[in-house]
Amino acid sequence: MKHFVKIIGLLLACTQVTGVAQNSTTLTPEARGLAIAREASHRNEGYGDTTADLTMDLISVDGRTRQRVLSWQILESDNPEDGDKALTIFHEPRDIAGTGFLSHTHISREDDQWLYLPSLKRVKRIASANKSSAFVGSEFAYEDLLSDEVEKFSYRWIRDEPCGNWQCFVVERVPVYDNSGYSREIVWIEQSDYRIYKTDFYDLKDKLEKTLYFEDYHQYLDRFWRAHVLRMENVQTGKKTVLTFKPYLFQTGLTEQAFSPDALKRIR
Amino acid sequence: MLYRSARCAYCGAVLIVIANQCLAQQQDWAGYIAFEPRIFFEEPKYDQHPHNGLSPSAVVSPEFRYEWHEGSDRITIIPFYRYDADDENRTHWDLREANWQHFRGPWTWLLGVGKVFWGVTESRHLVDIINQTDLVEDIDEEQKLGQPMINLEHWSEGGTLSLFLLPGFRERTFPANNARLRGPLPISNHDAVYDSGAGDQHLDIALRWTKSVTNWDIGLSGFYGNGREPRLVPTLVASGSVFLVPHYDVISQLGVDIQYTQEAWLWKLEAIGRSGQGDDFGAFAGGVEYTFYGIRGTNVDIGLLAEYLYDARDDAAPATSLDDDVFVGARFTLNDADDTNILVGAIVDPADGETIAFVEAQRRMGERWTLEFELRLLTNISEDGRLYGFEKDSYMTLRTSWYF
Repeated sequence: MKHFVKIIGLLLACTQVTGVAQNSTTLTPEARGLAIAREASHRNEGYGDTTADLTMDLISVDGRTRQRVLSWQILESDNPEDGDKALTIFHEPRDIAGTGFLSHTHISREDDQWLYLPSLKRVKRIASANKSSAFVGSEFAYEDLLSDEVEKFSYRWIRDEPCGNWQCFVVERVPVYDNSGYSREIVWIEQSDYRIYKTDFYDLKDKLEKTLYFEDYHQYLDRFWRAHVLRMENVQTGKKTVLTFKPYLFQTGLTEQAFSPDALKRIR
Repeated sequence: MLYRSARCAYCGAVLIVIANQCLAQQQDWAGYIAFEPRIFFEEPKYDQHPHNGLSPSAVVSPEFRYEWHEGSDRITIIPFYRYDADDENRTHWDLREANWQHFRGPWTWLLGVGKVFWGVTESRHLVDIINQTDLVEDIDEEQKLGQPMINLEHWSEGGTLSLFLLPGFRERTFPANNARLRGPLPISNHDAVYDSGAGDQHLDIALRWTKSVTNWDIGLSGFYGNGREPRLVPTLVASGSVFLVPHYDVISQLGVDIQYTQEAWLWKLEAIGRSGQGDDFGAFAGGVEYTFYGIRGTNVDIGLLAEYLYDARDDAAPATSLDDDVFVGARFTLNDADDTNILVGAIVDPADGETIAFVEAQRRMGERWTLEFELRLLTNISEDGRLYGFEKDSYMTLRTSWYF
């Protein structure tokens, strides 16, 4: 869910293009990178909560596709010590229908994660050290899908360059949380609304492993940009995973309670 | 048993009628059909048992859900039917769920037949007490019968409090006289004896509080009513043969379950104190699970599990083989598109070496099929051990399921 939120975070955006990130040529590359990340995060503040239905297509090297259908609910944190809370519910394949994955991200301590197994009615706290594990056999790792807080990375601005039809900041970020499967990520962020264009992920041997493309952006509530297609391509294996979103819903009144472990039992 | 099934059928039918009267807006059909032959590796220990090693069986379990008021009301109906070629008791049906749930702010209300799980450990579920074990399904005691209940749950920042009123006791299911996994003596399935004068109509009560704080997940629970575990008492019946008759005692039980999660470590503890079956006694199950993620640069995770089981009950309580045992296991999760995973484990009694070893493996085939393999091996069984009657009953199951 990270990218989702991350993305969202980064992407979100509003009308004012501002100062610090773009104009200050006197800043060090590190300070400038951080300023860009903060601005992108700032532009996502205030979304409250959001819900989306999506399909996840796992595409093998020979083009065979396996589809999952899921929904995401995300609650924005109002506590500076905490990141966002996110709930993933699976609808297909049918044998895992009703399975829930709940994450509470935190700034200064490890994240909390729970799994709900509907056939056993069992809520299970799972280890948060699974950051680099593949999420349900996809090319997304858990860390790619968790809430993307600014403090979880260190940053360095590299350069500005055109990206597609946009002009982008190119920022390197290095995970500072434990158990990441990446040595670094390079993020292309367009300069007007701070939407992510794409992200390159480098494995622990510092070889390019995956590229995530953000496509089909839509703006919600006149402020928040969301990509409706996320395309993750593993350049080492040739496998791909494509997330395709239906329209997002915002501020539907989700509460803290809906993101408590006990609420997982309400799924089914 | 029959009576109860009939009653469940009746309330299920009523719920279906109610459900169909509602406008079909948010209704969902799901479920599965499974074919699952069991293969016993050895000739049976007792002559009455079937001698064919291959024992076919099939399951169908549809699921119906209907939601209204934007999801704040829900009816769930999940019947379950198994046909077993060799065990007439394993051929059975049950309502796993048939209930109405209502969600209103911090309150959750459930009325009807439901299913509840409490606990954290893997090898034994001491604290879990609401639902009766459907023992004919699997000797691992993880399959449960639906339990009639009124459940009121309240969520707050201070934790979740859940109250259960449990009318209508469910008796544990046991293999038929002429079936495998029965043990040395036949078990009477129709003549259960109750400690309580109210018998299976005793109103059982349970209360549970749960809370997650930082790395801790904590549950406290209390139960008063018909214990789910029967004593099996050898009884001479009119025909002159000896049967084991299930005796259900009224018990009080306090339980605590705690999990501490840090990095790749899960620390788990369950403990109970129980009175009403011989001297008051305590029991606990505790251990660790540690997971290595992404073995050798692959997507494969390997989790190692170890738990210690202790139970201080005396001979006046229902017998358990898990009085002083060690569980070790390994879980292989491939994290592939087919969700392949394998669990290998063994529960060993250090005193006499009695071992129940098992393998559980599963993967998806295509979008709607799953394939599961289960192996249960009873080895090192000693003549005076509690598992002696089962020493020839090691088996494997190959289950093919189709989900709709």
